[in-house]
Amino acid sequence: MTAAHTDVAIIGAGPAGMSAAIAAREHGMSVTVLDEQAAAGGQIWRGVLAAPKERMRILGEDYAAGAQVAQAFGTCGARHLRGAAVWQVTRERLISYLHDGAHHELQAGKVIVCTGAMERPFPIPGWTLPGVMTAGAGQILLKSAGLAPQVPVVLAGCGPLLLLLAAQYLRAGVHIAAVVDTTRPADWRRALPLLPQALRDWRLLAKGRGLLRELRASGTAIYTGATALAIEGEHQAAAIRFDTPQGPRHVEAGLVLLHHGIIPNTQLTRSLQAEHDWDETQLCWHPRASAQGALADMEGFYVAGDSARIMGAAASAVSGRICGLAAAGAPTESAQLQLAKLCAARPFLDRLYRPQDALRIPQGDTIVCRCEEITAREIRGHVANGCAGPNQLKSFTRCGMGPCQGRQCGITVSELIAQERSLSPAVIGYQRVRAPIKPVSVGELAGL
Amino acid sequence: MTLTSRFTVISDTAPALVPVTFEGRPLDVPAGTSVAAALLSAGVEQFRTTPVSGASRAPFCMMGVCFDCLVEIDGVPNRQSCMVPVRPAMVIRIQRGARTLEGGS
Repeated sequence: MTAAHTDVAIIGAGPAGMSAAIAAREHGMSVTVLDEQAAAGGQIWRGVLAAPKERMRILGEDYAAGAQVAQAFGTCGARHLRGAAVWQVTRERLISYLHDGAHHELQAGKVIVCTGAMERPFPIPGWTLPGVMTAGAGQILLKSAGLAPQVPVVLAGCGPLLLLLAAQYLRAGVHIAAVVDTTRPADWRRALPLLPQALRDWRLLAKGRGLLRELRASGTAIYTGATALAIEGEHQAAAIRFDTPQGPRHVEAGLVLLHHGIIPNTQLTRSLQAEHDWDETQLCWHPRASAQGALADMEGFYVAGDSARIMGAAASAVSGRICGLAAAGAPTESAQLQLAKLCAARPFLDRLYRPQDALRIPQGDTIVCRCEEITAREIRGHVANGCAGPNQLKSFTRCGMGPCQGRQCGITVSELIAQERSLSPAVIGYQRVRAPIKPVSVGELAGL
Repeated sequence: MTLTSRFTVISDTAPALVPVTFEGRPLDVPAGTSVAAALLSAGVEQFRTTPVSGASRAPFCMMGVCFDCLVEIDGVPNRQSCMVPVRPAMVIRIQRGARTLEGGS
């Protein structure tokens, strides 16, 4: 089978991917965008071209802003492969993907990885129960299907997305049983010195303040400084309990939406064996890349947007543009200045919404690996017996070897082993990720 | 049949319904969305049981990361229901434990 050829292949059609495509097309490159979803937009602008007017009002202006980018992308002349699952990319830039139930290959001159972010795992007791979801999942249901909770719902954790979802639910007329905020006074004290720099992006801060005001004005029960969160329920979520500075609390909830930040989705860059660095500020791994997004020691590869480092939608669009320009050999200086401004508030947000150690690195019988149901206690036991790292742990326990391929436990495992051995995750490393990174059947492969 | 769902459709939409079956029972679910969203909307609580302890699971991330929304669709096991658009007459079943080599669960 001969692979088709494209000058630039872009993986992911969120803010970064769409903007990269537009930039590369402006400079005459042939561009192919492969995306898993049925429509462009990524998670943040999911369904943006199909959203009814009322849903636009509920979701807010930052969501509506995605329509302009999606329209420009739709007419930029890039080939957009919807519903395409990329399951392997080689270092020679040969892309293997499933599309319409068949296997295809594409040879790219340059590859721009725009695989976005995923929510940081929130391993607390009961987090595997039906009725516990991520806040992002709640928002996806709202964006893509117009679904909102009709049972008592609790939003728990911290970060911009949690606040935004609370505001969106309120605008949709949803009663929120409680917002359980894990931000503590000490987090504010640590973040405040970074506020002056963050004011360079004062619009973003003003939006955050507006969301907080919207939430407070609604009269929703808000618990701040919450610690030791746990979900109760036998076969499904029934309640959440937690400690507050005022004492322990218990709130009944048929739906608990958890969130404490997002982390780059590095599954693809990991499978390429690209270098990744541990970032102690953002508490996650970043693919090692230049200011133009070129992956270190990888010929013809770029990484943009939240899959490079967490930066948000507006900055991701500019980051994508930088990579699109760089891939086309065009200058990127002015876009880089723009990106710096759009990232000005990030250090402040990273410090303010730094997820608590105990909510990232669990103790006792809390499940770490959702697929293989491996608990923190089991992992700590293996480390005590000499297990040095995540790959050895796989051999001992299958931790990270279930259907999700370590996506949900990978970062927790690194941090947990690091804590147990009093080392940095940078020393412990990460699970080896191998293709296929998306489910592919033998029958589909046989069509090769 | 109707189950009580955790979710309801907000007033901005009146989606067309499509008929599917889930565990042999007929369900009318919203069109134009994923199988996972459609089943959640219809009140489905259990999507899969785990191969290890047999515990019930349901969608967690809704974006293709967690694999807790696995179901069997039209005889094909281990489908990520959050990534598959719902279509009329789909035959959907709970993914019970690990898939077998013969297909089915």
